[in-house]
Amino acid sequence: MTLAPRLVEVRKNVLKANDVVAHALRQRFGDSGVFVVSLVSSPGAGKTAFLEKTLTLLRRNYRVATLVGDLATENDAERLARSQTPVRQIVTGTLCHLEAAMVEKALGDWDLRSLDFLFVENVGNLVCPSSYDLGENLRMVLISVTEGEDKPLKYPTIFNSSDVAVVTKMDLAEAVEFDFATVHRNIQSVRPGMRIMCVSSKTGEGMASYLDFLGATLKEFRESRVATVDRAG
Amino acid sequence: MHELSIAINIVEMAEEEAERLGGKVEAVHLKLGALSGVVKDALFASYEMACEGTQLAGSKLVVEDIPVQVFCSVCRETRTLATIQHFCCPDCATPTSEIVQGKEIQVVALEIGSQ
Repeated sequence: MTLAPRLVEVRKNVLKANDVVAHALRQRFGDSGVFVVSLVSSPGAGKTAFLEKTLTLLRRNYRVATLVGDLATENDAERLARSQTPVRQIVTGTLCHLEAAMVEKALGDWDLRSLDFLFVENVGNLVCPSSYDLGENLRMVLISVTEGEDKPLKYPTIFNSSDVAVVTKMDLAEAVEFDFATVHRNIQSVRPGMRIMCVSSKTGEGMASYLDFLGATLKEFRESRVATVDRAG
Repeated sequence: MHELSIAINIVEMAEEEAERLGGKVEAVHLKLGALSGVVKDALFASYEMACEGTQLAGSKLVVEDIPVQVFCSVCRETRTLATIQHFCCPDCATPTSEIVQGKEIQVVALEIGSQ
């Protein structure tokens, strides 16, 4: 005799394990007062160059460090170390994205109170990282002027899951007839109200207002923390 | 291609539940949001691979597609988006980022047969 299978309700988030770790990380970042920015983009959009420039400029006024995810090499970590700020490498092997547990493991018992900003450079990929919360306070998606203006429409999920967009390689904009109005329209279509900043890591164009934005965001983050603690107390 | 990691998570989750409930999993019912970042066809292929050598081998993955719903602050209503390329109210065209549903990757039910 064969019994018909019974249907049992479960209701479990498949990424719950990741979300639990991400939540704990966010708590830890908040308690330590460190503002965590993650960077996502396609391979070759200029994440590492942009980060190297960011770290070099930001370290004049802030305490900064980086976790960098890379498939197999340590090249990115070596490049970022030139900024003379602490860098830890996460070799992801064949994994195409970072997960919260990998961030947690790479951090170990690092005392994050010694930092103002922690950057997390994800693996170059516009698909997979979108599903994984890393506990970051701000997710930044990069798009270079050489990539084509329709990227946001092709990868709406990663743009939608990000908080700000940075257009890189602005020094090449004219040569490739980059159409900012179209990119702007496409980004706003998949993520209405998203802040967009244009930079060149090579010439430094746009870096000052980008750094101002980071500074203001850190201030806001710390003030809201104080307000939360006050309310709790 | 992170669908394999997702599929392995699903299989492990179902195995745990099956052990608790007693019985063999014949099908896993999954809700998959349009903004989950998961490609359904890749997930089906990965699921089969992830099931191999486990007690879920031969089981079926049943996927319910969940469209994105947003809240329109002008209409004061929840609206369903026709495409994830345009985040605006389908009725009044007001842009909106307030997502109500569409990100889920959720196991909602298991079909359990006798062993």
